[in-house]
Amino acid sequence: MTNALLTGANASTEVPLKRRLRRAERTRQVKALALVAPLLVFLLFTFAGPIAGMLWRAVDDREVRQVLPQTIAALANWDGKDLPNEGAYAALASDILAARAAGTIAIAAKRLNYALNGFRTILTSTARNLKAVPEPGTAKETLAKINPAWRERATWTTIKDAGGPMTGFYLLAALDLTRNADGAIVAAPADQAIYRDIFVRTFLISLGVTALCLILGFPVAYLLATLPPGRSNLLMIFVLLPFWTSLLVRTCAWIVLLQSKGVVNDSLHWLGIIDEPLRLIYNRFGVCVAMTHVLLPFMILPLYSSMKAISPAYMRAAASLGAPPLTAFLRIYLPQTLPGIGAGSLLVFILALGYYITPALVGGAADQMISYFIALYTTETANWGLASALGAVLLLATLLLALVYGKLVQGQQVTGGMKN
Amino acid sequence: MSDNSSLRTPSQRIAWTATIAISTLVFIFLIAPILAIMPLSFSSGSYLTYPLPGFSLRWYDDFINSPRWMNSLKNSMIIGVASTLLSMVLGTLAALGLAQWKSRFKPLVLAFVLSPVVVPGVITAVGLYFFFAPIGLTGSYLGLILAHTALATPFVVITVGATLQSFDTNLARAAASLGASPLQAFRRVILPLILPGLASGALFAFATSFDEVVIVLFMAGPEQRTLPREMFSGIRENISPTITAAAVILTTVSVILLATLEGLRRRNERLKSGSA
Repeated sequence: MTNALLTGANASTEVPLKRRLRRAERTRQVKALALVAPLLVFLLFTFAGPIAGMLWRAVDDREVRQVLPQTIAALANWDGKDLPNEGAYAALASDILAARAAGTIAIAAKRLNYALNGFRTILTSTARNLKAVPEPGTAKETLAKINPAWRERATWTTIKDAGGPMTGFYLLAALDLTRNADGAIVAAPADQAIYRDIFVRTFLISLGVTALCLILGFPVAYLLATLPPGRSNLLMIFVLLPFWTSLLVRTCAWIVLLQSKGVVNDSLHWLGIIDEPLRLIYNRFGVCVAMTHVLLPFMILPLYSSMKAISPAYMRAAASLGAPPLTAFLRIYLPQTLPGIGAGSLLVFILALGYYITPALVGGAADQMISYFIALYTTETANWGLASALGAVLLLATLLLALVYGKLVQGQQVTGGMKN
Repeated sequence: MSDNSSLRTPSQRIAWTATIAISTLVFIFLIAPILAIMPLSFSSGSYLTYPLPGFSLRWYDDFINSPRWMNSLKNSMIIGVASTLLSMVLGTLAALGLAQWKSRFKPLVLAFVLSPVVVPGVITAVGLYFFFAPIGLTGSYLGLILAHTALATPFVVITVGATLQSFDTNLARAAASLGASPLQAFRRVILPLILPGLASGALFAFATSFDEVVIVLFMAGPEQRTLPREMFSGIRENISPTITAAAVILTTVSVILLATLEGLRRRNERLKSGSA
């Protein structure tokens, strides 16, 4: 340090000083990065890694390959136009016998059944009835006798398609698409095509909740931004208290209020407005009301901070220039709140898209959103490939919207949209 | 800014009255459900209807004497405190580093650090379930603490980062020039100044963990069920007044957290206006 100061006085050593400064700056940057590193490593392990793993499962397809390795190898050169040759049948017979001994036949059966309904029966019945390795040259005959499905081309294309090691099968299925026998991408059969409806439903519910939040939140944010700080701070409690109250408490409260013998129905009955209790919960109405309640603060807070930044001088100027109040509001005030409207709406929409708990508790079967099916396929039916593919689609939609949100709030306070 | 008195035309007055009327209804909508559930927990009857047949503390008694509920409360505390501590360490270090780091990759790193807030809970939960199961971290306290820490740390980075933004780095330089080692400067100069930010970060972290349920649904074994997890299954099966008692307890915790946070904010504002 002292050295640098002494030599710094000498004009000829100007360059070393510059270099030294640069080096000091570099050390500072390395130290700064070293402080961030533990969190990055931690998140790699507890967040990014797991999500990457989930995405990998959406395309991972090694089950059939592991259970029926010889069959997959034998089918590698099959053109798929005719039935496979005798060698493929012999390989399948030997694979099935080995898998039966190892107890792994159900793994392949489950995967193949996703692609072709009824495949489970084909495979298990064959495994049950295949006594021993068929004599050379008789494998085709033996298998076809056990189950005539082995005489159909589709049975074999299904195995070949599921041969892995990677597949677009789950991702296509998540979009209600499938490959036909010729490998072209076509619409999935009607009984399997449910996910597009679920995505549309998720999208519509989120859109509806966002619109409700905007309609309800705008006047409140305006009021809070216009009142003197003392009073608006007091009223802010009405927004912050629900915000901080547990999601489950709020969902539980809505069930208590809206159930058929709940407070709302009782009051309406007592007032003589209704004779029969209304069905207010376990349907779309209940989902929208409860979700709006949960997400409304996420709309009010960004709106409030954008309105707070608007100088009242603009409105006064508009008025002094002769604009009627409505015109002044529409042409001067509203445009300035647009960033807040955009940020709040995007935030609410993003959060609504991924909602799970509230619809799961107050929705009926027809109101479940995409998260519900991801959870269902993960824990109940263990169709992990499909769960991951649906998750990948949801994640993509969320990240795209978050990117727009990031662009929108850039320069605004980072905490504006988050808690606080 | 209060220009209620300056409302000149009748139409302006009508618009203002309408704003107040609508806002009042929205405030009722926001607060009424939370208030409505509270008295039910003090009911002497077992139905969740008004009017209350009588006043009683039997459901609180039920809660306190139920090993299931008490275990869940204990779990919520253990997991909440542990993940708060862990996320404070990781988040504060990262916020300090990010405040000094200059790079064009910084927005990218910041986006990555904050992403656990945006990614839907189910996706994180499913990913963690697949990832943690083979290494024995599902059905364990450690697994839940790690997962909750990942969710809570972004809030710490945001709150501590916001405090650091208003922190005058000259103070740290002054400390260094007066001979303080970096650690001393941190402990005696920086830390006391950013302490309110750290405290609100800790509150956010604790609240995040205390309220989290999706990950717990996927990862907790019967031993690690938290209070929200017990409430979730309680609501699914049949809402008993014991659940409303649990709800009141949870709400009380939120009110305490909120009040502490508000106190910190006020104190901070006072300090700021005092120094200005």
